Amino acid sequence: MPKIFIDNTSYEVKAGKNVLEACLTLGFDLPYFCWHPAMGSVGACRQCAVKVYKDENDTSGKIIMSCMEGVRDGMHLSIDDKAAKAFREQVIEWLMTNHPHDCPVCDEGGSCHLQDMTVMTGHDYRRYDYKKRTYVNQYLGPFIHHEMNRCIQCYRCVRFYKDYAGGKDLNVFAAHNHVYFGREKDGTLESPFSGNLAEVCPTGVFTDKTLRQHYTRKWDLTSAPSVCQHCSVGCNTIAGERYGGLRNIVNRYNAEVNGYFLCDRGRFGYEFVNSENRITKPQVMHQAVDENALMHHLETVLTNHSLIGIGSPRASMESNFALLDLVGKENFFCGVYNEEMMLERRITDILDSGKIPVASLKQIEDADAVVILGEDIWNTAPMMALAVRQSVMKTGGREATEKTPMPEWHELAVKELQQNTKGFMVNVTVTETSLDEIASLNINAAPDDIARLGFAIANHIHPSLELKNFEEAVLAKAKTIADELLKCSNPVIITGTSCYNDPVLRAAFDIAAALKAAGKAPAIAFVVPECNSMGLAMMRGHAFDTAVRRVNREPNVTAVILEQDLYRNLPAGIVDEFLSKCRNIIVLDSLNNATTEKAHVLIPASTFAEGDGTLISYEGRAQRYYQVYVPDNKYIRESWKWLSRMKMIISGKANGHDPHHDSVISSLETALRQFAGISAAAPSSGFSIHGEQIPREPHRYSGRTAMLANRNVSEPKPVADGDSPLSFTMEGYQGTPPSSAIPFFWKPGWNSPQAVNKYQQEIGGDLIGGNPGVRLFVKSSGNMPEFFKDYPEHFRERQNKWLLLPQSHVFGSDELSVYSAGIAGRSPEPYMGLSPVDAKMLDVTEGSQVTIKSEKEEYSFPVKIVESLRNGIVLVSKGLPGTQGMSWGNWVELAK
Amino acid sequence: MITFSENKLKEAQRIINRYPQGKQKSALLPLLHLAQDEFGGWLDVPAMDYIASLLNIEPIEVYEVATFYSMYNLKPVGRHVFEVCQTGPCMLRGSDQIIDYIKQRLQINVGETTPDGMFTLKTVECLGACGYAPMMQLGKTFREHLNEEKVDQIIEECRSKAARNN
Ligand code: SF4
Ligand code: SF4
Ligand code: FES
Ligand code: FES
Repeated sequence: MPKIFIDNTSYEVKAGKNVLEACLTLGFDLPYFCWHPAMGSVGACRQCAVKVYKDENDTSGKIIMSCMEGVRDGMHLSIDDKAAKAFREQVIEWLMTNHPHDCPVCDEGGSCHLQDMTVMTGHDYRRYDYKKRTYVNQYLGPFIHHEMNRCIQCYRCVRFYKDYAGGKDLNVFAAHNHVYFGREKDGTLESPFSGNLAEVCPTGVFTDKTLRQHYTRKWDLTSAPSVCQHCSVGCNTIAGERYGGLRNIVNRYNAEVNGYFLCDRGRFGYEFVNSENRITKPQVMHQAVDENALMHHLETVLTNHSLIGIGSPRASMESNFALLDLVGKENFFCGVYNEEMMLERRITDILDSGKIPVASLKQIEDADAVVILGEDIWNTAPMMALAVRQSVMKTGGREATEKTPMPEWHELAVKELQQNTKGFMVNVTVTETSLDEIASLNINAAPDDIARLGFAIANHIHPSLELKNFEEAVLAKAKTIADELLKCSNPVIITGTSCYNDPVLRAAFDIAAALKAAGKAPAIAFVVPECNSMGLAMMRGHAFDTAVRRVNREPNVTAVILEQDLYRNLPAGIVDEFLSKCRNIIVLDSLNNATTEKAHVLIPASTFAEGDGTLISYEGRAQRYYQVYVPDNKYIRESWKWLSRMKMIISGKANGHDPHHDSVISSLETALRQFAGISAAAPSSGFSIHGEQIPREPHRYSGRTAMLANRNVSEPKPVADGDSPLSFTMEGYQGTPPSSAIPFFWKPGWNSPQAVNKYQQEIGGDLIGGNPGVRLFVKSSGNMPEFFKDYPEHFRERQNKWLLLPQSHVFGSDELSVYSAGIAGRSPEPYMGLSPVDAKMLDVTEGSQVTIKSEKEEYSFPVKIVESLRNGIVLVSKGLPGTQGMSWGNWVELAK
Repeated sequence: MITFSENKLKEAQRIINRYPQGKQKSALLPLLHLAQDEFGGWLDVPAMDYIASLLNIEPIEVYEVATFYSMYNLKPVGRHVFEVCQTGPCMLRGSDQIIDYIKQRLQINVGETTPDGMFTLKTVECLGACGYAPMMQLGKTFREHLNEEKVDQIIEECRSKAARNN
């Protein structure tokens, strides 16, 4: 480890880092703007100046930009040097000449890096008294507000939007003192990662427009560590509340998962929590009832009936387990058909076997090759797509710089060297996707053919089977891909359930297994549909088909349906049949939907914001989210609390008290061995530091004594939280909390999100205390063949039948996030995609209305002609209105 | 849609071919000059979009570049464009006074064009002729060691040239 001297004190630092990173890691407060730990250095802002000296005898030294200089053993530098300090102060002064100084009306105020850096350098007096240049702001769509006058020209926005995330519609225009960051004209920022601009921009140019609708300063928010609910990636978030409403979602750093970023679905999809459509009161036969009446009624429907439960892929582990505990293992079902369940079971089997490790997003970023089989991750797991992009770009950079001493953080230089060199990435999908443009090879094929290609690749890497009836072209492609993969050392194979095709999953495993046999260190990632699909799959409930048979057989069934709209995933005919056969239907959910309408007993469940829970991401990573605030409405409670009470009713132990989180989690651990270790995902509720809890409110939280004075002039006693070590107050432990329980990032002098520097072991590295979450697939258990080998027949079109497959959309395909107006507004109109040949054969054109007929249902959509689609497949926009209950992965008929 | 004349298109192709496959964007600057000459001395949005289509790049990539350089006019300009250097050395040698004098003579502000469409006044950054400061660029030539008389002369010269050509 190199030793460097900072103001004559020696420190050990990590080799290969730049001076700025080294100083920040050591805890020094050194100001900066343009450098970003995820995006490297460009030396544009001149803010991070320090002095370096030739050796210990050099007294004059010279000013350098700390972000542009690597650490060297024996380096002498000074942060405190007078000239360096004066330089930094002067930089701020000139950056501020045109700044509007409008902090009081700026949304960034109170969490602004520019404010922090200005204070840090000591610049406090404006000497420049000329006119400031001003700009016209742009309309940038529903998510991002634009206020260009505040810009300090650090170029972070375009570097993130274009370079890091591959966006095309944000750019920098003009030059010197009238440089402009924006779109070519007013309009919605198209990238699904645009929300990160609000955190990447160190000033108030780009801010969260949804927060603006119900604005609150960061210091006035009650916040809690949370986990995104909108796909299986499990990005870590911080959710903030004031006056009983959820106000915003911001990033919560996790070096292994989402790093510094979030996708827009995750960041802006929170408004369902504040929706008018929330279920607010318990209902019995559509009549609102109070708690006593509810409990009384529950007693009659729960006892003397046979109970079945339908678990939910979007409810927490706690709630799913409380349901299983209530109804018993044999009576616990999932709201999907057997075929779909078998896919998820295949995935958990593979992961359980421990043969191939699961790739975290960080491992995907670091992979030197990526193969994607059959999953449009841009739309089903957006942050994973962003990670793949980094793999492609960084590997390209690494390759280009291999023979030079150029360090990785030197962004512009690396780019220059890199030119168009990219890492190897193959994107094999049903139709074109947004990742195609950076792929080395794009292949569009039907699911079975995707699987066949996969098996062929595996076989080229490690011959294990005889390939019969394979087209030459496929074999040739497979060979090219296999040869490339053999040049790499830590490739990642990504696939998922979107193809509704088991062979695709097996092929992905075989490629990984072959790579392993060839001495590589492969990892694998399986994308699943919902935020807790993996957790539910690990519970191994029975398929919905069995539940239907059960109610058809047994007359006296009370079904408890947990947080899901059965009509969304299953054909309406089947759900109708099922529900009509149940004697009693108890539904717990947070929002009204087609299923809640059928409930005999409807129970208001909390969302992630009003309750505690644990979700298991695609990675098998169990991650805890914490209650953000206590809703006024006392009926809104976690499903697991309601379900545990029901259990007490049955066992005659009802005492009117809710169970505690700790006890639910520990029963889960004992009851289901596959979840052993899950309690380590977060500290237990009794955890405290020096006897203090972790406050959800910053110490500057204002208005506490007055904000409820309209109801009661006495300040109410804060509610005690029996479920976590977090408190609903501003008092408590002010130091760094355990990494999985950080309610907000703040340190003295660091009010912006960049305070995260102070929570990391090393800048851009792991959080102090390790990254949040426990990976559950670490022990190898279960059996797995060495290779599956059983490749399917090649895809054949059928006479008058089409294979129905989903096309997901970042905006629109997720059930909850579409409650946010901005997301609903960006959802496409429902459509069905056909290949040009099929369209011609059916004699339909773009926009013609066509009907899809499956077993019992009929759907009708306008046609969209998709050039890249294989004949014999019909693609329907998933999750959009009118697509409920479609039988994905099945053969359907089409009629004009 | 606007297009280059056949000759200009050939010229454009020749420029594009100077660069290796996949690097066509490198031809952007010369092509913008070509377009500016061809389409009336300035670049409107259709002209820039046309260049984008020739190079197979996004229009926004053209705007980014065209707005950066002061050599490209994004508004119609007069027949003669005074591009007066206002960077340090020229400023020390009195470019502010020269600019003020031109404004007063032509009754226009920086960035404006005289109503007769004859003159446009622009200020630009260092043109690399600091040794002859204060200076300006007029068409393809530099006018150096400027003072009020020289400015008068230049204006006269432009006017008479225009009269001759009409
Ligand atoms: S808009 Fe923000 S991120 Fe972009 S250059 Fe200006 S200050 Fe930097
Ligand atoms: S990628 Fe998924 S988990 Fe991450 S923010 Fe987006 S929707 Fe949420
Ligand atoms: S942070 Fe070093 S120059 Fe901007
Ligand atoms: S400063 Fe005017 S030409 Fe250089």
